[in-house]
Amino acid sequence: MIELHGLTKRYGDTLAVDELTFDITPGCVTGFLGPNGAGKTTTMRMILGLDAPTKGTALVNGKPYTEHKFPLHEVGALLDAKALHGGRQAFDHLLCLAQSNGIGRKRVKTVLDLVGLADVANKRAGTFSLGMGQRLGIAGALLGDPGILMFDEPVNGLDPEGIVWIRTLLRWLASEGRTVFVSSHLMTEMAMTADRLIVVGRGKLIADATVDDFVSRGEQWHEVRSARPTELAALLGRAGASVEERGESSRVRGLTATQIGDIALSGGIAIYGLTEQRASLEEVFFELTGDSVEYHGMLGMPARGAA
Amino acid sequence: MSAATSTLPSNTAVPTGSALRAALVSEWTKLRSVRSTVWALVLTSAFTIGLSALFCWAFVNRDERRRDGSLRNFFEFDPTARSLRGVVLAQLAIGVLGVLVMSSEYATGMIRTSLAAVPNRRTLLAAKTIVLTAVSLVVGMASAFVAFLLGQAILDGENLGTSLSEPSVLRAVLGAGLYLTLIPMFGLALGTIVRRTPGAIATLFGIVLILPLLADAFPEPWDVRIGRLSPLNAGQAFFSVRYDPDLLTPTQGLLVFLGWVVASFVVAIVMLTKRDA
Repeated sequence: MIELHGLTKRYGDTLAVDELTFDITPGCVTGFLGPNGAGKTTTMRMILGLDAPTKGTALVNGKPYTEHKFPLHEVGALLDAKALHGGRQAFDHLLCLAQSNGIGRKRVKTVLDLVGLADVANKRAGTFSLGMGQRLGIAGALLGDPGILMFDEPVNGLDPEGIVWIRTLLRWLASEGRTVFVSSHLMTEMAMTADRLIVVGRGKLIADATVDDFVSRGEQWHEVRSARPTELAALLGRAGASVEERGESSRVRGLTATQIGDIALSGGIAIYGLTEQRASLEEVFFELTGDSVEYHGMLGMPARGAA
Repeated sequence: MSAATSTLPSNTAVPTGSALRAALVSEWTKLRSVRSTVWALVLTSAFTIGLSALFCWAFVNRDERRRDGSLRNFFEFDPTARSLRGVVLAQLAIGVLGVLVMSSEYATGMIRTSLAAVPNRRTLLAAKTIVLTAVSLVVGMASAFVAFLLGQAILDGENLGTSLSEPSVLRAVLGAGLYLTLIPMFGLALGTIVRRTPGAIATLFGIVLILPLLADAFPEPWDVRIGRLSPLNAGQAFFSVRYDPDLLTPTQGLLVFLGWVVASFVVAIVMLTKRDA
C-alpha cells in the first residue's frame, strides 16, 4: 500500500508535482499515466525518498520509505534500468543490493533465473542490451520479495517479446496480491496491463478510474456513408442529431443506428455504411491531457475535434 | 524465461540485525567487484614502493663528490623521507579511489539504486567510509613499510640507511601509512560533495598539489605559514624524521590534516542528506 497525501514538488517556478493525493492498493496493477514531463518519475522518486517533497507525504506500508531499515523487503522499484555500475558483473550488482538488505546469495540466483539472466550472471552489466538491463533491474526489484512493486516506463525501448514478458510479469505479480504501480506515457499499453489508471498532467491529478470507466467515458458516434450526405445531414439534424461531414463519411451523434437507418430510408437516401464508433483510450487520454502536454511538437497534438 | 510459470517463495521474513552491518557487507562487495579498485590499489603500492626505491637508488648513484663532498648535505639527508617519497604520487592514486567510491555512483546512476536499498544516507556514507578506510589502511601501511625497508636496503649499500629503531623513524613510516589511509577519506568526501568524477578529482589534486604552490604568492612569512597548512605539507610534517622549520611539528601536522578530513566530511554529510539524489 502506497499513500500519497498532498504530495508536491517545486523546482524553482515549476510545480513538477502538484498536490497529488491517492492510494495505490494491493492486488491490482495501477497504471500511472501522463505525457512526458507530467511528474510521474518525480512522484516515484519522492515515494522512494530519493527526492524530498516540497510539501505533503508519501507513505509506504504506513511509514516514509526512508524509515524502513531494509526497504527492499517492502518495495521493489525499477526507475531506470541504466542506474547501475556498468563495470560490475550482473551477479555482483544484485549481490551488493541483496547484502545491503540482509538477503542471501541463494536469492540472487533465484531472481536471476526468474528473469532469465542466469547464463549471463558473470557478464558485466554494461555490456547488456536495453532489454537485458531491464530484466536485471526487475531482478533487483524482486530480490526482497516485496509486497509493492514500482516500475517507471518498464516497456520503453523493449522489443515485442520483452513487452509481452513484462506485461505478463506485472499481471502475475498483481494476481499474487501485490501492489503493482507502473508508469507509462502510452495509454494503449496501460489499457492492456492495468486495472486502474491514474492520469496526471503538469503534475496535477487529472483522472483516477478503472480502465473500464475510461473506455465508457469515451464518446460514441456513428460513422455514416451515404449517397447524398448533405441531404441526409439535414434530415438527421431535424431529428436532433449533430452531424459532422468529413468527406466520404459523416459523424453522427445523438441517434442510434436504427434511428439513422430509418431516417435515411424515409428520405430515400441509400446508405453504404453505418458503423458504431467509440473514442479510443488514446483519444480519451489526449482529451484528458491535451491542455497539460508540456512540450508540443511543431505540428502540435492532433486536434481531436471529435473527442 | 516465462514469469507466469515461475513461482516466488512466499514472503521472506524481513531480517533483523543492523542496517550498518548489512551496508558494510554490501559496500565491500561493491568495492571488490569493480576493476578501478584493483587498479587504484596496485598503482598506490607501485608508486609508494617503486618510486621510493627509485629515489633511493638515484641518490646512491649520484656523483660521488656531490654526495660526500659536503658535510651539510649529509646531515640534512633524511633517509626515511627519501624512502617514502613515492607517497606524493601514490596519494593521487588512492585519493582517486576514494573519490570514485562515491562519484562513480553518481556517474552511473547507481546512487539511486543504492539509496533505494539503503535509504539512510548517513548509513550509506558510513559504510563506504569504513570499508574504504579499512582497505586503505592495509594497503597504505603495507606499502609504506615495504617502501621504507626496500629503500633502506638500497641506501645501506652506501651506509646511508636508517632503521625503525632510530628515533622518530617508526612514527614517520606509520605516518606515511596513515596519510595514505586518510587521503582516500578526503577523496570520498570530495566525491560526495562534487558528485562528478572529473570535478572531484580536479578538486582533490588542486588542494593536495596546487594549494602549497599558491601559498608562495603570499608575502613572507605568510607563504610558509599558509603553505604548511595544506594537506600535503601537514602530512609531510608527520611522515618525515628530520625537523623542517618550514613545516609544522608532527602532532600539529596530523591535527591539521585530520582537520581537513573532518571538515570535508561535515560538508559531505550535510550535502548528502539535504540534496535530492
